[in-house]
Amino acid sequence: MDLLAILLQVAQDFTPFAKLGAAIGASIAAIGAGMGIGQIGRAAVESIARQPEAGGDIRSNMIVAAALIEGVAFFAIVVCLLIVFL
Amino acid sequence: MTEWHNVKKYFNRNLLLLLSVVFLGFPVLASENEKNQHDEVITKGETQHENIDNEIREKEYNAGESIIEHIVDSYGWHILDFNGHSVTIPLPVILWDNGKLHVFSSSRFDHGHESFEGFKIASEGPNKGKIIKILEENLVHGRVIEEENSDSLPLDFSITKNVFAVFISMILLCWIFISVANSYKKRKGQAPKGLQSFLEPLILFIRDDIAKPAIGEKKYEKLMPYLLTLFFFIFLNNLLGLIPFFPGGANVTGNVAITAILALFTFIITSFSANKYYWLHIINTPGVPWWLKFPIPLMPIIELIGVFTKPFVLMVRLFANITAGHIIVLGFISLIFIFGNINMGLGYGISVVSVAFAIFIAFLELLVAFIQAYVFTLLSAIYFGMAMEEHH
Repeated sequence: MDLLAILLQVAQDFTPFAKLGAAIGASIAAIGAGMGIGQIGRAAVESIARQPEAGGDIRSNMIVAAALIEGVAFFAIVVCLLIVFL
Repeated sequence: MTEWHNVKKYFNRNLLLLLSVVFLGFPVLASENEKNQHDEVITKGETQHENIDNEIREKEYNAGESIIEHIVDSYGWHILDFNGHSVTIPLPVILWDNGKLHVFSSSRFDHGHESFEGFKIASEGPNKGKIIKILEENLVHGRVIEEENSDSLPLDFSITKNVFAVFISMILLCWIFISVANSYKKRKGQAPKGLQSFLEPLILFIRDDIAKPAIGEKKYEKLMPYLLTLFFFIFLNNLLGLIPFFPGGANVTGNVAITAILALFTFIITSFSANKYYWLHIINTPGVPWWLKFPIPLMPIIELIGVFTKPFVLMVRLFANITAGHIIVLGFISLIFIFGNINMGLGYGISVVSVAFAIFIAFLELLVAFIQAYVFTLLSAIYFGMAMEEHH
């Protein structure tokens, strides 16, 4: 009986759980972005080691790819911010 | 010898101009927001209102609110707090309500505490932060009880902080580039000098590394003005947003409306400069098996969604990057005040670490400012190139 009463009270307003979901979502987005950009960095550094003359080209391509991936990660961040503030 | 004399003459004149604008402009524009307006209505309820006001002014430091305050747009440009009064540049509020135009200074709102001519900045509810019309004014203990419905929102054309900042950066851009263009005309055939030699590598970088590879040798020239404007507008506004005092410090490119308009321009130019192969490839993508197109047109739907999501992603990328950078710097600075509330000594101690981190993040933000401008321009050029590509 007590358990039912407590559960009913929790089920009144799920806002804290929504915020918890938003926080977990933002952290997963950060992990995803970190892993993705880490892969880019590894490939870029390896290719510069193989062919140092192409360093400039490789560097600009790496930065473009990193910016695109960051864009996707920021999508997730913006959605989480919307959950917290709306 | 004579060359240096010319430089010195113009340097002194320009320096004098800049200093006079800064120092004479300040007393003219900035107005101290004292409680003079409160002195006019002296009732018993009024003192209660003032006491509550004092409490509000001295309340605990709320980091979340203060950070949000520095990110969003506002009706007046707050410069600093001096002796408990806030020094704000009062920007004009321009409202169009049912055929009547209302223009007044935003200092009438007294940071959202007062109402004027039947308008007020809503402090709670779905229209929080926007100007609403008050249908009924009940003066109870000096407070105004607002009765409103969403239909009574006037059309808001005010010169807010971000609009004013866009004007400032527009004037700066015109000044820089017109003077560079003039010096190119005057010094035809000679090596570039001064501001020219600073901007020439950037402009050539945009032409040779962004426009020509993406759009192609034959057609890039028509789109160069737009790409150059886009790049320098975004870059200058990103940089101005990092400067903490006037005339910088307004979060322009972190405002979703402004990035939305930039993305809209890219979308419009892409759609209007597209040749028929572009639209043909959207409806009937080559190299895709027929069963993705015929009974249920899956591929055309995906391509059509792609037409709209590409500018949308441009908008969100710029907005989120710049706003996130500002929030990080503001968060580090707020740390000082949060710790200072617990204990003065802690506040001073953490300030060394906070300022060091904030400087580091500010350097990162400089890099991000350039990279975001570069990526926005590069992607716009790539979309133009894809739209204007010939059939091979």
